[in-house]
Amino acid sequence: MTSPKSIKEKTLMDEERVRHVELLISQLLRLGITASLALIAVGTFMTFLHHPDYLSSSDALLRLTRPGAAFPHTWHDVTVGLYALSGQSIVIIGLLLLIATPVMRVAVSILGFVYQGDRVYTLITTLVLCLLLLSFALGKVE
Amino acid sequence: MTLLQFDLLILLVSVIAGLFGSILGLGGGIIVIPALTLLFNIDIRYAIGASVVSVIATSSSAAATYVRERMTNLRVAMVLEVATTSGALTGAYLAGHLSVRWLYIIFGVMMGYSSLMMFRKRHETATVIGKSAPWSDYLRLHSSYFDRATGQEVSYRVVSTRIGLGLMYIAGVVSGLLGIGSGALKVPAMDLAMRLPIKVSTATSNFMIGVTAAASAGVYFMRGDIDPYIAAPVATGVLIGAALGPHLMGHLPSTTLRKIFVSVLLIISVQMLLKGIRG
Repeated sequence: MTSPKSIKEKTLMDEERVRHVELLISQLLRLGITASLALIAVGTFMTFLHHPDYLSSSDALLRLTRPGAAFPHTWHDVTVGLYALSGQSIVIIGLLLLIATPVMRVAVSILGFVYQGDRVYTLITTLVLCLLLLSFALGKVE
Repeated sequence: MTLLQFDLLILLVSVIAGLFGSILGLGGGIIVIPALTLLFNIDIRYAIGASVVSVIATSSSAAATYVRERMTNLRVAMVLEVATTSGALTGAYLAGHLSVRWLYIIFGVMMGYSSLMMFRKRHETATVIGKSAPWSDYLRLHSSYFDRATGQEVSYRVVSTRIGLGLMYIAGVVSGLLGIGSGALKVPAMDLAMRLPIKVSTATSNFMIGVTAAASAGVYFMRGDIDPYIAAPVATGVLIGAALGPHLMGHLPSTTLRKIFVSVLLIISVQMLLKGIRG
């Protein structure tokens, strides 16, 4: 196993694995943004379908974007809205997916480093994920 | 203005924000916030909420290309993310205990100084630094990228990892405290201290800002700061702009990229100083 040839083959295999992981991360990001774009587009379409007055009335815009405007921002609002096929609940699911994409990217990177057999970077990336989840947890309390 | 007209206008502005944000590694916030508040009279809370979404959108959309083209240094990003995320946690904890006014002044000065230092390096193209770098050697941070503008593979060494980590921790604290995209601190830290090529610095910063923003986006959502009627067209436009940005950046000469970055950084530092002085 220690002949120069096998060492060279091993480095080549390592490089190939690094490349696999890069492509995996790239594809994951692309998948995340494509899915959220689709949800946002469908949701916006549904909103205009349910509220044709949004196309002509300028009062609607002021009502929907002024401070204290009503829009779903809790899990309860979103799930209730989804049953009613509310456009904004679909948009919210798209936005939440977009927000979750970088977190999934970190999680997938951990698997990538495990696959590369890189212990140091597996540890580093796991630490990043833990810190990230910790900030989510602490943020909720506030 | 009707909602449809509003959506289309915001979409247009956001495409531009995504384009610039992805090339400079700053996220779209520097264009999205002023556009929403000044042009569309949107409340600052919703503007910041939409801006956080735009930073994530810029980061993910552009990174899909930068990572595939090996412009992003994944290892550097992973190592530095330890510092930015712990910094962001500290910042969120410190919020309310520190005078925000002085922070704006301190970081305004710091960014102004960084932009001057980066301007002085404008004639420098990629140079391989001979300085010893035990941490970077151990973490295997040295790498190379293909520069489309010159048609050459550029090898580079990474130095001063510990200083870089320290600066990234500060960048994380600032973004936790002030809620601004810390890309404006990340790029100079990678460029001036760690000596990464400018294209790698902006691409790697672009990759990292998504993670920092995602951590705070959850909180903004729960608080009700993310209005879907505003965030939806912003996210859509930025995703499109940031998908186009990396193709443009590849062909941009490094010196041009540096000049654009320095000008934008100078504008941000003046804005921060004004905010601090006016209180």
